[in-house]
Amino acid sequence: MGESENSYAIQMQGVTKRFPGVVANKEVDLSVERGHVHALLGENGAGKSTLMNVLAGLYQQDEGQIFIFGEPVDIQSPKDAIELGIGMVHQHFMLVESLTVAENVILGLYPTGLVINKKEVKQDLRDLADSYHLNVDLDAYIWQLSVGEQQRVEILKLLYRGAKILILDEPTAVLTPQEADQLIEILHKMASEGKTIIFITHKLHEVMDFSDRVSVLRDGEMIDTRVTSETTKNELAKLMVGREVLFDFQERDHEKGDVVLEVENLKALSDKGLPALKGVSFEVRAGEIVAVAGVAGNGQRELAEAITGLRRVQDGKIWIRGKDITKESPWQVIKAGLSHIPGDRIGRGLVPNLPISDNLVMKVYRKPPISNGPFIDYQRVEGFSERLVDAFNIITPSVKTNARLLSGGNQQKVVLAREIDASSGALVAVNPSRGLDIGATEAVRKTLLEQRDQGAAILLISGELEEVMQLADRIFVIYEGEFMGELDREEAAVEEIGLMMAGEKRERRTDEISQSSGGQ
Amino acid sequence: MNIVLERRLERARWAVVIVPIASFLLALIFGAVLLLAFGINPLQAYRVMVSGSLGDQYALTETLVKAIPLILTGLAVAIAFRMLFWNIGAEGQLAMGGIGASYVALFLSDSLPDPLTIPVMILMGMLAGALWALIPALLKAYLEVNEILTTLMMNYIAILLVEYLYLGPWRDPEGYGFPGSAPFPQEALLPRLWGRVHLGIIFAVLAAFIIWLIMNRSQWGYEIRLIGENPRAAKYAGIDAKRNMVLVMLLSGALSGLAGMAEVSGIARRLYQGLTVGYGFTAIIVAWMANLNPWGVVFVGAFMGALTVGGDQLQVAMGIPAAVSSVLQGAILFFVLGGWVFINYRIRILGSGKQKQAGEVNE
Repeated sequence: MGESENSYAIQMQGVTKRFPGVVANKEVDLSVERGHVHALLGENGAGKSTLMNVLAGLYQQDEGQIFIFGEPVDIQSPKDAIELGIGMVHQHFMLVESLTVAENVILGLYPTGLVINKKEVKQDLRDLADSYHLNVDLDAYIWQLSVGEQQRVEILKLLYRGAKILILDEPTAVLTPQEADQLIEILHKMASEGKTIIFITHKLHEVMDFSDRVSVLRDGEMIDTRVTSETTKNELAKLMVGREVLFDFQERDHEKGDVVLEVENLKALSDKGLPALKGVSFEVRAGEIVAVAGVAGNGQRELAEAITGLRRVQDGKIWIRGKDITKESPWQVIKAGLSHIPGDRIGRGLVPNLPISDNLVMKVYRKPPISNGPFIDYQRVEGFSERLVDAFNIITPSVKTNARLLSGGNQQKVVLAREIDASSGALVAVNPSRGLDIGATEAVRKTLLEQRDQGAAILLISGELEEVMQLADRIFVIYEGEFMGELDREEAAVEEIGLMMAGEKRERRTDEISQSSGGQ
Repeated sequence: MNIVLERRLERARWAVVIVPIASFLLALIFGAVLLLAFGINPLQAYRVMVSGSLGDQYALTETLVKAIPLILTGLAVAIAFRMLFWNIGAEGQLAMGGIGASYVALFLSDSLPDPLTIPVMILMGMLAGALWALIPALLKAYLEVNEILTTLMMNYIAILLVEYLYLGPWRDPEGYGFPGSAPFPQEALLPRLWGRVHLGIIFAVLAAFIIWLIMNRSQWGYEIRLIGENPRAAKYAGIDAKRNMVLVMLLSGALSGLAGMAEVSGIARRLYQGLTVGYGFTAIIVAWMANLNPWGVVFVGAFMGALTVGGDQLQVAMGIPAAVSSVLQGAILFFVLGGWVFINYRIRILGSGKQKQAGEVNE
């Protein structure tokens, strides 16, 4: 350093970011070289996104210094960040569905002036898209695009705004392996043109396959930065987790009982009215966890909602312990004893602006002793809530605290506590540990296994292969609303599941493909 | 430098008290500027308003008289708003309640035992209001028709129906051509307790207590809360939002209908023009200013009643149009609702240096 030509695009020194009660980043140092693809690796909750949000101006660090291309900077807002050439593609895209690609790119530009020369902008965009192989129809509406295409629009947006440093938050989480490969190609093209790329991930193979450097964060602290070609998956895994493998419960004996949940040829439509579930059949017995694995958006949500009565069933049948619940209301399904841990914790599983106690009684408020005739006995509600808070180790100042104020892990524990308490041995869990830190993930998964051991029938719908492999007795892989096949956990290979997730029906033998790693 | 609004982690307790007061003072200052612009001494105007609405027994009772319909319709609006049903049809529901009660008083009281007249009037008033509210509720629940439009439009139907009745078929044949129905018989009049303050004041307070009981102690109130805060979670908890929508609107309409009954039976003592003077619209202001809290509605209703009476006194004592009080009411609502932002949010000025920032609790 010291020369006028600084080789670092980004230097963060001693960056600390606190949230009430949590230190998200603790004196983090990070240096990223210009023109590199730099991976930021860490478990959920390690502070990766927070650190990058500091760079992108969404948060301000409490302590520490940031240098961009060698200059000390003070990034107060996303606007500041983009002026410095830093752009971020978030996990949830920030696009307006009802506008076209070009309009989305233009949106928010030109704070002054009345007229936008759309033609000119579009020509510029076309040139830009061509030079980076960002194939996307500029006149298409966002809602018409696939997730992968929408991601390209986000990247195009940043490039058009002159981003020199691109941050991508878990960019492959929503992509099929093929789409992921296309993205990688685009990122490499951009790096070779001198752009600096940081991508956040917790997938080791991605790091190995396409980063130049990798920095590992754990519990908010920077553990180490390595040259990717000089490290191994195993070494990175150890750095990332920082302790022995967490879950090793599978060996425990458990007996399978009678069929609890049975689904036959189930069909349902998506919100847009398109076929989302195209006839799936399976059964879940007492004392077993059956997983439905797949890339998000392949009918998992519709499956969970159809079973729990939240979505109309088009065709097919659902039984709980032999009782037909196909056409029943959500309340009848709850009464039949089926619990549901929804994938959308804040949007569906909780009422963020009500106290934890109100959230905990959502499934039992109609029953005595919580209810006394038409009235709710709020003293009992409090006692009941305190008992669950203790039993599930929910960390909260009181049961009167609004659910919104809890950490993600504790919010999920609220949902889990409520659903397990109300369950009579049947549970549908959708991505139960998504977005949780290591400890909370472990707690959630342990609880599910305990429930299984006690004879619960659990349908686990998850996009997290690790979770599926750890918990499931049997695995179905879903792709575009259909099951690609069924595997026993003992015989399942990650590679094979990966292929099935990309739409390969299960026909080939495991040993033929076990060599080709990386999900391709 | 940059100014941003930042969500508070917890509602600031001090702000819940300070902000409405500060907003109210700001509204008074705003009103003072307006009054000055018209060449009126604002201090004198405010003094007239205070003494005219609270200064003596007559003033005080008149304030309470106005507060009764405001509280009842305010409660009606508040409970509907709690579950995000935007019922702005309280005025029409009140009018229908007045018609229902008047029908009993004018045509059924002869065949009813005297002590039953008032209860039947109450029943009919509430029923008429409830049925009037049922129409937009069914339209919204089963056909997804926008309730703001239907409830608003149905106001005018009801208001004109009242007019048609007291000018047409129900006009007092011995009224020398003056608009209005025949006066109600003695047994159809709500007893007066203090000045013109009638039994309706008890209804209003009782209604507030019942609504509080429903909202804070009952299963139904819990369901309404869930639907209002997160409809998707409510559905997931097995709550039937459509059914609740219909039930809440029946209750809302019944409360407004009761207000209408109390007005015709307690004040006008017949069906006449003064029934629909906008209580049902002011009720929206009352409900919001009370933050949809039933006891808040009682106090804000009384306050708005005082403002109305005070405004009338302005006209009498100083020759200022009573519309000034409407302007003041509007200004107060504007400032109070605007100020509400500061209870849930705080202002942060982004300048140089690093401030601590409260974000949401994050992973």
